[in-house]
Amino acid sequence: MSASTDVTATAAPAAAAAPATARRRAHAAAGPLAVAPLLIVVAVAFGIPALAMLGGAFTTTDNGPGTAVHYTTGNLTASLQGAYLTALLGSVKLSLTAALISTVAGLLLAQAVVTSRYAVLRHAVLSASGVLANFGGVPLAFAFVATLGNAGVLTQHLGLDKAGWSLYSFWGLVLVYLYFLVPLMVLTVIPSLDGLRAQWREAAQNNGATTWQYWRHVALPVLAPSLLGGFVLLFGSAFAAYATARAMVGASVPLITLQIANALNGNVFAGQGNVGLAMSLDMVVVAGLVMAVYIPLQRRSARWLV
Amino acid sequence: MARLIPSIPSIPSRRPRFGRGAVLAVSAAYFAVPLLAAVVYTVDDPVKGVTLSAYTGILGAGGFLPALLLSLELAAATIAVVLLILVPAAIAVRLGGSRLRAAVEVVCTLPLVVPPIALAAGLTTVLKWGPEYLARTPFFQTIVALQNPGFPVVLVLAYVVMSLPLAYRALDAGLRTLDVPTLMEAALNNGAGRIRAVTGVILPNLRGALLNAVFLTLALVLGEYTVASILGFQPFTVWIVNGSASAQGPVTIAVSVLSLLLTWALLLVLSASGGRRHTSAPASRNTKGTT
Repeated sequence: MSASTDVTATAAPAAAAAPATARRRAHAAAGPLAVAPLLIVVAVAFGIPALAMLGGAFTTTDNGPGTAVHYTTGNLTASLQGAYLTALLGSVKLSLTAALISTVAGLLLAQAVVTSRYAVLRHAVLSASGVLANFGGVPLAFAFVATLGNAGVLTQHLGLDKAGWSLYSFWGLVLVYLYFLVPLMVLTVIPSLDGLRAQWREAAQNNGATTWQYWRHVALPVLAPSLLGGFVLLFGSAFAAYATARAMVGASVPLITLQIANALNGNVFAGQGNVGLAMSLDMVVVAGLVMAVYIPLQRRSARWLV
Repeated sequence: MARLIPSIPSIPSRRPRFGRGAVLAVSAAYFAVPLLAAVVYTVDDPVKGVTLSAYTGILGAGGFLPALLLSLELAAATIAVVLLILVPAAIAVRLGGSRLRAAVEVVCTLPLVVPPIALAAGLTTVLKWGPEYLARTPFFQTIVALQNPGFPVVLVLAYVVMSLPLAYRALDAGLRTLDVPTLMEAALNNGAGRIRAVTGVILPNLRGALLNAVFLTLALVLGEYTVASILGFQPFTVWIVNGSASAQGPVTIAVSVLSLLLTWALLLVLSASGGRRHTSAPASRNTKGTT
């Protein structure tokens, strides 16, 4: 703080003589100082745990705690075998399914809102989407349990249990995930739909195109980067979700997040103490791929839809 | 040509209008039914008929108030730290060069690459160093203090990291609508100090964006379960899950319904008050923005 007042004190007289250079100098001096607290906090609270996870994934103390640590790729190998591999694939399958359905449903809902004449509807859906996409987790899982669980209101009144329905299954989880994924897709795709120019549609119609042809050859290609980016974002979101699954299904659906939690609680085979960290590293790799695809796509969609 | 013109409007307007209604109806049902059914579940007792005992039983349920208080304290601390470190950085980015901007954006995007459960895994590893390696050093006391069950600072650190991507986008979207260099220069030329220029000129213009960042952080902390449960603390969400395991049935659902409704109400107030200028207000994950 004292350093920043110093900067002001020296900058003030100079500003009278040469305002532009003084301003630039003052800003340049203040920049790193203002950013420093952020960098320090992130280095401590994020950097150290991330490095600890990375290091732990490649080391083992398999002769018991306190013995010498040595390097190994055994944790990573173990994390890609047996029940752990099943869980990883289960997470990927669940996330792909939920993201695909949400992308289609989100696009339909967003298009219905964008083409509506009622500004109120648009405002309401945008606000609701912002809220629903950001807050769910445990309370949401329990709301679904009360609705469609074994003793749930709809299950009882409609006799769904006799029809073979179970919320604590793959499709049950997909249904719950849609509750926060569809709003996220609506938020992602509405700016792009707004960017579709009316002239493009008119041009297509003047050339005799049907609605289907317009979507197939004009709208969807223009929207493709934004849709794909949204899909990838939803995938990442579903892949990282833990609370919903933990509160709802316990362990009846194999998911990597549930396996990591299990391993961290000490439920592992002897000598695989760090397999939870190796699975975490697997997740980081997947999430890193997601971001590596998402960010360029987001830039690309910005090029067409200004 | 003349015959073509009347037929043009009829192509898009007929089928989609029916489709639009159907899409909206199905969506409304999907999003409303679980909440309504959960409310019915809590008030409908098979023996006594309609009763509010699930809601009146909340306060009496063991551990409810301490858990809620812990969540609120964690939220307040997280919000304070996030604003303290992020506001100066976000303003400096607007004043400074592109290298500074790139650095801050990378730092605020990195947490998205590490899912909460992976962060929790890393944190448990670090906390285990305490007894294993650091027992005779001053660091040991620090590690113990971080995990004080009354107020686990380690959770605040984790939540700060997890809020950064959301909060930074919210602040940056607000700052983008201001001409920060000109405002700062005007304040400095009028004799204000640097701190006063920020608090007196920039921050009042940022009220919407600040509110946005605060509410997103609040929602994140109140709803967070993963890190808290892995590290073994018991804020609100963890209490709900543990409560359902110990068969508090309708009370658990009642608490869930209340917390959903309250948080949604908070967030709606936010998007109604602060978000008017940028319609995608709480949608801070959407990097494109509409402004």
